[in-house]
Amino acid sequence: MPRFDSLVIGGGLVGSAVAYGLTRRGLKVALLDEGDIAYRASRGNFGLVWVQSKGIGVPEYQRWTRQSSTLWDDFAVELKNETGVDVAHEHRGGVHICITEKDFTERRKQMEQLHLESGETRFEYEMLDHAQLKKLMPEIGPEVAGASYTPYDGAANPLYLLRSLHAALLKRGGQYFPNSRVGALKAAPHDFTVTAGGATFNAPKLVLAAGLGNKALGALVGLNVPVEPVKGQIFVTERVKPILSMLTIWVRQMAEGGLLIGESREEVGFNDATTPDVQQFLAARAIKMFPFLRDVRIVRHWGALRVMAPDGLPIYEQSGDFPGAFVATCHSGVTLAATHAMRYAKFVADGALPAELARFTNKRFDVQNAA
Amino acid sequence: MFKTLPDAHTATVSVIINGAPFQAPQGCTAAAALLLAGTIPNRTTPVSNAPRAPYCMMGVCFECLVAIDGVPNQQGCLIPVVEGMRIDRQLGSVAVKL
Repeated sequence: MPRFDSLVIGGGLVGSAVAYGLTRRGLKVALLDEGDIAYRASRGNFGLVWVQSKGIGVPEYQRWTRQSSTLWDDFAVELKNETGVDVAHEHRGGVHICITEKDFTERRKQMEQLHLESGETRFEYEMLDHAQLKKLMPEIGPEVAGASYTPYDGAANPLYLLRSLHAALLKRGGQYFPNSRVGALKAAPHDFTVTAGGATFNAPKLVLAAGLGNKALGALVGLNVPVEPVKGQIFVTERVKPILSMLTIWVRQMAEGGLLIGESREEVGFNDATTPDVQQFLAARAIKMFPFLRDVRIVRHWGALRVMAPDGLPIYEQSGDFPGAFVATCHSGVTLAATHAMRYAKFVADGALPAELARFTNKRFDVQNAA
Repeated sequence: MFKTLPDAHTATVSVIINGAPFQAPQGCTAAAALLLAGTIPNRTTPVSNAPRAPYCMMGVCFECLVAIDGVPNQQGCLIPVVEGMRIDRQLGSVAVKL
């Protein structure tokens, strides 16, 4: 039976980032991936490295996200150097467009709250009214009320990111096993034996990064991981010359010229089908923000499932019953990729999660003591 | 390079390919007309400006993209020619008007 220092379950963006991070620290890693039948959030997402609007009321999440956005600058360079793959990282700030005055007022309140909660880390933002936004983005529609701007936001190409992480993992001596859905998992403290894809693997560490699969896998190692699918639908258009002046949360232009148009949220279980009503909603909203889109052809439309905890925050935990077993799950696999590779992997390698991640414990879902 | 089969019917329609008139067999597609006229490449790619010509002729590969009657990025192999149709080569990615 092949022995490793760590097994990572899930070959999407979270698992690949953590697995690569572990190899970076010299661990011998096996990355077990279910295969093309899996619900792959990593291959259906929008690819933002997004900070604004994350962690309202939860400053720990705001800090964790911002830190990853900062780490991303070096991370993208490192991946390019390691693998030759340019993940098309950009970090020039982003805007959240508010179509109505009500949205704009609501948004201002949220940004104020984020600023107040940021303490010494000083979350900076600007509210841009229609005229101010029009100067930055002449392409906005006449109905747009304004936008919030922060310098922290950025983006990458999520498909190149996944490819680059896999290449970086292999280059550092990690091993990737496709078509390896976990069949059996035998757990003892610091001793995990996994049967997957007809082979058996053993390691003193186990990282669950299987997205929606973490719920069932977690139960096998004493980890409560109450994640549920939240469907999102996205359009991609034909490639056109650069026309979108800035990165926005619902419309972005990729380096190759295609425009991505999102986003939607539906709680409909394990169903990633596309639907005409959401198509209509996405198209109408996008055209209101950017009327030029009326003349841009859509070439593809798809749905994918976000991995969502009840409170929308990531879950980072080590099993109390089976120390050595960790879970990492979130709905921001691109944004947090840098910190997962460069920091979370270190915590796993060291064998303990630090106090800064205490807010993300799964104990928050347990019945709480009355004060 | 391409010829019509000897038993093919002979009715034609007039189309305009890159500004020049061409008699295309009635019922053929815009992409077939391009091949017959020898007006390839029909486009260059948006990212690397590589030249391209119609390839799969069945709507799958998107290599035959052309502007038809002023609308860019049309799949030439899926659109039958009609009298007076304008078929234009497209170079690189398309500019959208604001």
